[in-house]
Formats: sequence, structure tokens, C-alpha cells
Amino acid sequence: MKNSKLKIITNGLIKENPTLVLILGMCPTLATTSSAANGMGMGLATLFVLVGSNIAISLLKNVIPDQVRIPAYVVVIATFVSIIQMLMEAYLPALYESLGIFIPLIVVNCIVLGRAEAFASKNTVFDSTLDGLGMGLGFTFSLTLLGTVREFMGTGKIFGLSIFPENYGMLVFVLAPGAFIALGYLIAIMNKLKKA
Amino acid sequence: MAKLKSNFKNMVLVLSAITMFAAFALASVYTYTKEPIAQAKIAKQQNAIKNVLPPYDHIDAEPIVKTEGQESTKTYRAYDKDNQFVGSAVETVTVRGYNGRVNIIVGFDKEGKIIDYFVLEQNETPGLGAKMGEWFKTPKGKQNIKGLNPAVTSMTVKNVDAITAATISSKAFLGAVQNAYDSYSANVPEK
Repeated sequence: MKNSKLKIITNGLIKENPTLVLILGMCPTLATTSSAANGMGMGLATLFVLVGSNIAISLLKNVIPDQVRIPAYVVVIATFVSIIQMLMEAYLPALYESLGIFIPLIVVNCIVLGRAEAFASKNTVFDSTLDGLGMGLGFTFSLTLLGTVREFMGTGKIFGLSIFPENYGMLVFVLAPGAFIALGYLIAIMNKLKKA
Repeated sequence: MAKLKSNFKNMVLVLSAITMFAAFALASVYTYTKEPIAQAKIAKQQNAIKNVLPPYDHIDAEPIVKTEGQESTKTYRAYDKDNQFVGSAVETVTVRGYNGRVNIIVGFDKEGKIIDYFVLEQNETPGLGAKMGEWFKTPKGKQNIKGLNPAVTSMTVKNVDAITAATISSKAFLGAVQNAYDSYSANVPEK
């Protein structure tokens, strides 16, 4: 029994990692990972929304008629996103500015809607909370990883800490093409690890 | 509890209830965070003004605003304890950046020399134009604008080294600085 609960969490972290295995939510993944700190901020914001919407939707799953479930989910998710957006603007203005347009775009992040539809609408509140946590942590983990790789290759820094001089960095990794390249390699490594 | 049937009455009721609840939650969070958000914005601007000006005692309560099409400047004049003018901080917005809006604040001393500048908002390419926040402060070649007087050295890419591979961003930035200087010099208080 205990094991199955733990499995729900680790599921999101590795086996069904939303970005590296399920390949969901590519737009924020590619766009916000120009530095490790940005990737982590985006991941944590999504984590909060995922847990919140998973709880709310699993609570409401019996009340929501099937035919209107998608609009109902979208309203719930959008509410959580707006709440975190306002809280961030008030208490973490620097992060709010660096993430910019991508916070409101969490609404259309398919991970959130995907988990609501695939998991929260069919499972208990507790399991859905764990699923939200696991998926959110998995998303945070892969975004931070991708951000670290790009920041390191592009500017020689990790979390703003200089490892080698910026002049030797490969600028392409900070720009969009570098995001695709780095993500491709991470997915390849993940596949290799999963087979082993 | 059995799942509610998808008939018209249920659908309307449930959706209305959810949206009403969402509206209520959002309204309460909005009221709660309204004050901190406004304060954070003011703090940021105050900080920026402080960073680009010499030590001062007080500034004009209301900035002098000038708007021309999509470009605009706001001039904050600063005075010392004896009400002597020490310089101005000019916030300026231009839309000529590579990706649109660039919002900077530039501080001038009373002779018109640039003391410092601060980028409030920009959407330039990361790694290229986005370096403007540091580039024009770095003492290297002709790229440092601190200490220059735009009346003597006009702010063009001829006189100041542009950011490598980001000429459009550099031109937008320098244009904004020149624009800020024009507003500054038009608003130097009479002795």
C-alpha cells in the first residue's frame, strides 16, 4: 500500500517525467530555460498549479457532468494560475518579470490539463495530490536540468555563479536553437537510462 | 456519490457555480495582493532613481512628462538640502528595440554628464541585445557612456561602441539616452 503511494510520486519524477518522457508542455520548457533559476521558477510555479488543480478537480470529479468537464477544468486551472501570478507579482517581482508572459501561459500547459483529465478525474484526492507533486517535481527537475545545461554551455555560469569566462560560452545555447539541441540530448540520455 | 448526469440543468448549474467560486477566490486574492504589488512597483522605480542620481535630499513630487507618439520621457528633478538642483533622472520609453519596447532610466548631473543608467524593461535577444544592461557601463573601448555629456558627444553608434551583433538594440538604447538628455536639458531649473 505504502509502496503504491510512493510510486505515484516517483512515476512523475522518472518513469513518466512530463518533459523528458511524455514530451508535454514543450513551449514553456523551451522558452523559459535560458537560465537554471528561470527554469526552476517556472517549474515551481507549475508545481503549485498542478497540485492545486489536481486537488480541486479530484474533489469536484463527481459534481462535474462529463460533457462540460473541459471548460470546468480550464476555469479551475486558470483560477490557480491567476492566483499564483498575483502572489508572484506581489512578493517575487524579480522572478515575475523574468518569466513574463509564460506565467499566464501555464493555463494552456498541457501537463496541467493532461493530469487533470488522465489522473485527477479518476482518482482520490490524496492520490491526485501525490500525482500533482510528483509530476510538478518531475517538471521542475527537468526544467532546472535543461536550464543548467543551457546556462553553463551558453554563459559559463550555473545559477549565476561563474564557472568559466562568459566570452568562451556558446551563445547558441541561450537562444532557441540551443534549447532544442540540449532538450534532444537530454531526452536521448533519458531513453538510454530507462532501457538500462 | 454517483456522477451527475450531463443534462442541460446540471451543466448550467455546475459551470455557473464553479465560475462564481473562481471569481470570488480571484477577487479576494486581488484585494489582498493589490497593496504589495503597488508597493513593489514603487520600490523598484525609487530604487532605480536612487541608483542613477548623485546623493540627493528630495525630488520633484510629480515628474515632467513628455509624450511624442509612442516615445515618452518622465523627468524627475533632484535637489539637495538647500534646494540646489543636483541632477535629474529621466525615464524614457522607446519602441525601436529589436523586440519592441525598451524602458530605461538615465541619471544626469547638473552639468549634463551621464552618471549612470538602469534598464527597467527590455525584450531584446538574450545574449545579444539583452546585454545592454551591462554593456554601456563597461569601461572597454568606446562602449562606456558613464561620464559622457550628450551635448558634447552625441549618442550615436559613431561615438559609442555598439553591442557586437546587436546594432538595432544599441541604436534604440542610444536613441533613448539622447532622448532622455533632450528632456533633461529642456527642464534644467533656472538658477
